[in-house]
Amino acid sequence: MKVRTDQFHRLSSEALQDGSLSEALERANTRFQEARASAVESMPDWEELRQRGHEIKQRAIDNLPEALDTFEENIRSRGGEVHYCEDGASARDTILSIIRSHKGSSVTKSKSMVTEEIALNDHLEAAGLSVIEGDLGEYIIQLAGEHPSHIVAPAIHKSREEVAELFHEHLGSDPGADIPELTRVARRALREAFLSADVGISGANFVVAETGTIVLVENEGNIRMSTTVPRLHIAVVGIEKVVPRRADLAPLLRLLCRSATGQRITSYVSFISAARTAAEGDGPEKLHVVFLDAGRSRLWADPGQREALNCIRCGACLNFCPVYGSVGGHSYGWVYPGPIGSVITPHYVGLERASQLPQASSLCGRCAEVCPVKIPLPDMLLGLRAKAVEAGGAGIVERFSMRAFSRLARSPRLWRVALACGRPFYRLAVRAGLASVLGGALRRWSRSRKLPLPGAPGFRRWWRSGGGRGGG
Amino acid sequence: MSEPRKAKLFITCLVDFLFPGVGQAMVKVLRHYGVELEFPEGQSCCGQPAFNAGFRREAREVALRFLEVFEDSEVVVSPSGSCVAMVKEYYPELFSGDEELEPRFRSLAGRTWEFSQYLTEVLGVEEFPGRRQGSLTWHDCCHSLRGLGVREGPRKLLCSIEGAELRELQDSEECCGFGGLFSVKFDEISSRMLEKKLACVEKTGAESLVATDCSCLMHMAGGLEKNGSGIRTLHLAEVLADALEESGEGPSGEAIS
Repeated sequence: MKVRTDQFHRLSSEALQDGSLSEALERANTRFQEARASAVESMPDWEELRQRGHEIKQRAIDNLPEALDTFEENIRSRGGEVHYCEDGASARDTILSIIRSHKGSSVTKSKSMVTEEIALNDHLEAAGLSVIEGDLGEYIIQLAGEHPSHIVAPAIHKSREEVAELFHEHLGSDPGADIPELTRVARRALREAFLSADVGISGANFVVAETGTIVLVENEGNIRMSTTVPRLHIAVVGIEKVVPRRADLAPLLRLLCRSATGQRITSYVSFISAARTAAEGDGPEKLHVVFLDAGRSRLWADPGQREALNCIRCGACLNFCPVYGSVGGHSYGWVYPGPIGSVITPHYVGLERASQLPQASSLCGRCAEVCPVKIPLPDMLLGLRAKAVEAGGAGIVERFSMRAFSRLARSPRLWRVALACGRPFYRLAVRAGLASVLGGALRRWSRSRKLPLPGAPGFRRWWRSGGGRGGG
Repeated sequence: MSEPRKAKLFITCLVDFLFPGVGQAMVKVLRHYGVELEFPEGQSCCGQPAFNAGFRREAREVALRFLEVFEDSEVVVSPSGSCVAMVKEYYPELFSGDEELEPRFRSLAGRTWEFSQYLTEVLGVEEFPGRRQGSLTWHDCCHSLRGLGVREGPRKLLCSIEGAELRELQDSEECCGFGGLFSVKFDEISSRMLEKKLACVEKTGAESLVATDCSCLMHMAGGLEKNGSGIRTLHLAEVLADALEESGEGPSGEAIS
């Protein structure tokens, strides 16, 4: 997928002008927030569960190399093949050559962010394969030629009307179709794709080292179809998805489902440990697991940021983020939007290409509050801002202002003089409406807010002139 | 009788420069409870603007200045949850691993209080004396709420004022969009967040909007004024000081400007 993370300003500005996007975001966020809230309310031990989830993932990530080895050994013992790919290009080539070696020509995919990350569809289509997304939301945006705007609900930015129009155009349905009818239309089209595909490509929510099992969570059944009907199953998995033990799953699944959609458990949870065995009547003939690194090892090696790999992709930080809720997922310019996206994207595409993302947060802290594995997202954004400054990413004006600020703040005398001189000058400027000539910052600020007028005198003058004596 | 309580005021740069009335109101309320106050003149800023922008060296320099000014305090009280969160949460982190400085910053962090928490948790105030006519609504400032855990304390204080009517604000825990330099660097997004916040504020029909942080209040006040709204913004300290004034309680108070 094309990286446009350096265009956050422009993309978000355009998104803010899009009235139907704003409505869709408002609707979706309200629904997600309410669903999560009621799921959490019904669990008195939610905070303890979050703590457990945090510990499980932290241990898993800290022991990542060992856990991957164990997983590989276990799944290989049942005939599964495992591939490690350092970057997107090698993952794409590996997947294509697996498909070619099995003479595959038509692919159904289940929803997978990691395949978005490596732009797999374009690559496979360019090689002459047919690729159909099996998840309804993914299918919608595939027809529209777009990319997901949310990691759980990829077509969240689309209204029913837009989907009806799209289906009318591509599938010949009634342009005024309601949601149940649209679902029926999609189901018919997708059912055909599932039954005729010879390759199924999935992602993974977790992979369990101890048992060599791929775990997939979904509501529509498309994953179950894509991983059982075609004769070849390829699971594409970020290396951070491995957990050591089967016992780790129960708490993580409880946290994931409740945080993502407010469900106690999703309609389908698939556990896949092998292709079809001799004793089984159906299922794929061959199973391949393609592990993707693509920046994850680099992130793993960074002690202050490693915790970002604990993410279980529930999307709660997006649903509660007021910035995401205002600008939507496409503004972030790549695959992973919202607070978690602003943390991991700079590691995956390079901080210099994504330096706006860590800045695009008011640091309100709601993301960390709702994160099911307690990732301190605002602290990680702050850490990235510091990295950007260290790498010389700040502009000269900002660097100079910060030096000047520190110089003033360290000297009681200079600070007092600055405040005393600044106040009348500032008052005059605001009174005279000079904000527009004072510079970009104040001008932009005063577009939607009036600038405050300082109360006179300042606090310290009041204190000196009697306030400090108390009582009068 | 026990020793009188002593506290040093960290007034914050924003209050000193733009909202001295908030500092004066806080002084009035704390004196009402017999707290002996000192204002160290050498104080400046907590360094948050530099820290949030990623300028850690500058933030450390300013933090050291803060330590120099306040280290000998029994207690530091400040009318800003955001600046207090900086001192409590991030100063120790900025000096993490420094054997000499980290414990000193941790110790100071433990003695630094946001105004409403000092009132409710240290002084144990549950009911506030005084009177006030009119309706209020309460916005939870992000750093007070999620950084320091200020939630019920101020609501209880406001509810206990005779005649005051507290109306709950829908989505009161959602950010107003300020975020310091965020509101400048991403002013359009910040404005959208402000717009949503103010729509909720207007819906309450309350006469005044109250909060614990002058930065958030400044942001929301700027938006309300731009919209020509009649809703006033007040810091919690101002509401409490006014209530004392109304009922004629407390030491003969100085005029609150």
